[in-house]
Amino acid sequence: MTDTGTGIGRRGLLAATGGLALTGLLAACGSNTGRGGGGSGPGISQWYHQYGEPGVERAVKRYADSYKKARVTVQWRPGDYDRQTAAALLTDSGPDVFEVNGPTLDQIRGGQVVDLTAEIEPVKDDFNQAVLAPKIWQDRIWGISQTVDTQVLYYRKSLLKDAGVEPPRTLDALVDAARKLTTAQTKGLFLGNDGGAGVLGGTPLFAAGLGLVTEDGKVGFDDPAAARTLGKIRRLYADKSLLLGAPTDWSDPAAFLQELTAMQWSGLWALPQIQQTFGDDFGVLPFPADGPHGTPAVPVGAYASAVSARSPRKAEAKAFASWLWIERTDLQQDFALSYGFHIPARTSLAKKAARLRTGAAADAVRYATDHGYAEPLRWTTASRTAYQDALSRVIKDGADPESELRTVVRKVDAELARVRKR
Amino acid sequence: MTAPTAEALPDGQGARGAAERRRRTPGAGFFGPQRRSLWFWIFVGPFALGLALFTYVPLAWSVYLSFFDAHNTVTPTDFVGLGNYTSMLTDGAFLSSLGTFALFTLFIVPATYALSLALAVMVNRLRVAQAFFRSVFFLPTACSYVVAALIWKLSLFSGVRFGLANTVLGWFGADQTAWLSTTHPPWYWLVIVTVRLWLQAGFYMILFLAGLQRISPQLYEAAAVDGARPGWQTFRHITFPQLRATSVAVVLLLVINAFQAFDEFYNLLSDARGYPPYARPPLVYLYYTALGREQNLGLGSAGAVILALIIAVATVVQARWLGLGRKED
Repeated sequence: MTDTGTGIGRRGLLAATGGLALTGLLAACGSNTGRGGGGSGPGISQWYHQYGEPGVERAVKRYADSYKKARVTVQWRPGDYDRQTAAALLTDSGPDVFEVNGPTLDQIRGGQVVDLTAEIEPVKDDFNQAVLAPKIWQDRIWGISQTVDTQVLYYRKSLLKDAGVEPPRTLDALVDAARKLTTAQTKGLFLGNDGGAGVLGGTPLFAAGLGLVTEDGKVGFDDPAAARTLGKIRRLYADKSLLLGAPTDWSDPAAFLQELTAMQWSGLWALPQIQQTFGDDFGVLPFPADGPHGTPAVPVGAYASAVSARSPRKAEAKAFASWLWIERTDLQQDFALSYGFHIPARTSLAKKAARLRTGAAADAVRYATDHGYAEPLRWTTASRTAYQDALSRVIKDGADPESELRTVVRKVDAELARVRKR
Repeated sequence: MTAPTAEALPDGQGARGAAERRRRTPGAGFFGPQRRSLWFWIFVGPFALGLALFTYVPLAWSVYLSFFDAHNTVTPTDFVGLGNYTSMLTDGAFLSSLGTFALFTLFIVPATYALSLALAVMVNRLRVAQAFFRSVFFLPTACSYVVAALIWKLSLFSGVRFGLANTVLGWFGADQTAWLSTTHPPWYWLVIVTVRLWLQAGFYMILFLAGLQRISPQLYEAAAVDGARPGWQTFRHITFPQLRATSVAVVLLLVINAFQAFDEFYNLLSDARGYPPYARPPLVYLYYTALGREQNLGLGSAGAVILALIIAVATVVQARWLGLGRKED
């Protein structure tokens, strides 16, 4: 009977380890990949993550239908999209063309995506260079930027005026302003429910005039200024100026709209909703500069369209991706501006967009152009996790930024060495 | 398909005919004792196949992956030996996740045990509405961890002034607390532990109730005759020892459940940008390493193997220590 005990143990053990591989297996077989069987003409499947704005799904299906050279089936995938694609790319049942928050360096090096240099080359200079840069590895381009997304600091003009606070232009001013704006009912600043470690990422480092990874592939923040700046983010938390535990996170303007906070860091996509609620009573700012070498910073990023290397119809898939995201500028403009609020990835289109030429939107576009930085390709997930963990400990636990950063620098150094080899 | 023909033989051919029939009918042979191994495989086969395909193959594959640099691939070529194991065992984040888990288990197992036993004893003493209270306490078991975690996060322990906990504190003039974001003091444990207690206590209460109802009333009568006072003395010397078998099962189940902690942690604390470095049990950490965007399947598998070994050792030790299944004296 003693066996019963080890029996349960064995089962628990198997369940725990087997689950790891099993999850991948289930993810692979549990889904209809959209690659239709039968019918005439080659079938291509295209994956999108679920956009929050109404109308996007219908629009992308319309684009796919209007492509004549192949039958394109669009899959609209709610849930954790990055994880779904990562699992699907390990199998033959993944998408042919898919949008990706990357492609990541390991996806490129692992040969999971197809080289799209030839397709982009003729119009390469028209793309926003900051967001195109992380799509390039060893002079080849691995994804076509679809749109540019950026994040800015939203503030309520009236609340700042009542508190006698100027819109903050330096990090010190931001710390002061957030403290003064905090009342019993309203907090000064919302940087996400985790206190900012997640959404800010490298932004404070750029604001201090540093970076994540240098051009030549070294750690970009091995500098005393980094610790000084991160210490000020801790100040915001210690002052109790930060809104924490709101029902929705930083990406949603709800906390700002419900006046739970006077300032909020959020995406450009939130702007129409904020405008609708507050009219002109709000403004946008970049993340303020810090220190003598500081510069304002806004992160820019782009979902890119990539072609799976496992696709049985790579040529057709490349042709379709190139048709939609390079040739058809009318559809790209429609995609960026008719539903949500994104900056077109093509500079020529961004300049033409009327919605982006007035008010706060125009400011945001200007910040993205002047102060935009994109996370470099060499900034791998392992590096990001290590840095984010350290930032969280600095902000919430009051850990010493210098020693925390020293650990991160070691870890990132090792990661950079890993990606340098081969 | 020949069976009907055999059945169609005319009656009245006597016992010899019947025996003949049995011998000739293929069906009879099919159901006969000599085919036992065939039937064994027909019944056990699908299960064994499923077990092999969905448990042993992934398990072996996971062990195989753990010796390779398997970024974004399940068919790696870059052999790294024990490299993944050494980096996992020197990874501060993984070690701290093991610490988190140990802390969680040390608290949640005794707490759930005590609470469910207390509930069972109380419900067992009820003379009226016992079924009602039994159902009420059992009901949360039917709720999913994900749903409960979201209710705890968004409504009960939301960090804003209109969260339930903060509203109650507000009546007494206290400041609003960001329950899940505060690390000094670690209020997030309150949220994590209460949600699990709420979900689990009812189920274990039922197990204890079953145990309580099996205790012979004569024991209590005999104790009363011997002068034992009702209440603590009776509980300590009669009820508690009599519940030994139930207790062992409950503790084992609780520990195994704690090992598998993932749902409420993930749903309470993760966000679109990842997971905070605190209250991160090993499964959550490995989930991010292997299946998140990092897709480091080699490192993740090494972590899974280490975790599996720890669980195996802990379970064996526990089974020995508790004397699981030992004959009752």
